[in-house]
Amino acid sequence: MPPAAPVEQSRTQPPGGLLAVRSIVDLIGNTPMVELRAVRDGVPEGVRLFAKLEGFNPGGSVKDRPAKRMIEQGIADGKLVAGKTILDSTSGNTGIGLAMVGAALGYPVKLVMPENVSVERKKVIGAYGAEIVYSDPMEGSDGAIRLCRKILADDPERYFKPDQYNNPANPLAHYEGTGPEIWAQTEGRITHFVAAIGTSGTIMGTGRYLKERSRAIQVIAAEPEDAFHGLEGLKHMASSIVPGIYHENELDQKLGIGTDDAYNMVYRLGREEGLIVGQSCGAAYVAALQVARTLTQGTIVVIFPDFGDRYLSTNLWLGWQKLP
Amino acid sequence: MAQVRIPTPLRKYTGGAEAVQADGATVAALVADLDKRHPGIRERICDESGAVRRFVNIFVNGEDIRFLQNLDTVVKAGDEVSVVPAIAGGR
Repeated sequence: MPPAAPVEQSRTQPPGGLLAVRSIVDLIGNTPMVELRAVRDGVPEGVRLFAKLEGFNPGGSVKDRPAKRMIEQGIADGKLVAGKTILDSTSGNTGIGLAMVGAALGYPVKLVMPENVSVERKKVIGAYGAEIVYSDPMEGSDGAIRLCRKILADDPERYFKPDQYNNPANPLAHYEGTGPEIWAQTEGRITHFVAAIGTSGTIMGTGRYLKERSRAIQVIAAEPEDAFHGLEGLKHMASSIVPGIYHENELDQKLGIGTDDAYNMVYRLGREEGLIVGQSCGAAYVAALQVARTLTQGTIVVIFPDFGDRYLSTNLWLGWQKLP
Repeated sequence: MAQVRIPTPLRKYTGGAEAVQADGATVAALVADLDKRHPGIRERICDESGAVRRFVNIFVNGEDIRFLQNLDTVVKAGDEVSVVPAIAGGR
């Protein structure tokens, strides 16, 4: 299948005034926000907590945004042309986003990921027609990054590597999308923005936009409290290859979250709020509650990067300990 | 002696070694011995109650111990035991 028309053109609606978009990629972004009113744990009444539900993106996660933006930029720059394959390392959600956008626009996709990512992710990526190369699970995401670099070095002309860890289009997707959406959805009343860090694209781009609107807005990152953790998709910065797009000086605060606390929060959000989400949402919300308890007034927006159905086969739900 | 493969984040306990030797007739005994040789590593693998942490997977010769006899799974000389975090990190 030849590459489709440039993305800009696909943004237009189909002819005839039909209430539909031309491509699935046109449905990325504009995700809804929900107030969390049950899981508050002593947060003062004057503090409101909102979750932006990125699982409503068509590929099921926040990563659809940078996937689309990085591919658009690659096409615009002439780096992604017919005949090239999109190649990147990813532990899952970005891979799903790239596989979806690649399929919709007609580019083949090859993804390098640690063998221990969840089976649902592997199957979804396969269903989009993308090829998966597995890296050593003992090496984590850094092992996938290194293997991906090698594949690229062996045949550089064959691939377009979006490079989500270093591509400015990753945070730009959030600067142009997530940030303005949150500003509009809260009618400018947001006081604190909380997001967990993987590549850091979400918090960098969204935080940058929000601080431009109001310097008083606090930008708070949640990260695993330790290098050895069970929070799929998140990075413990001190022990990881630090992404080029990550600028710690743009954060007001960084909170370390324990895996057990994040998992327990996921169970509670399902039972008390009716939200089945992934473990990174649990981590981000634990951090949001920590921040909320220090305030008397405020509007906190926390990013929920995905829903939980793609983790049902993982230790989050299949651990051998009895669930609380 | 069994060979134990150590994931990157825990290699600070093994002096950077990717694989180390440990002794024990079961996984529980093996983890205890591992901790004698590399103090502190056990509490990263197991919680306060002694159970394997929820996000940690242990494989004996490639088989997940949760589908065997968990911490009572028998370990023989020459077996390969892998400690693998359930996640990958980075999206």
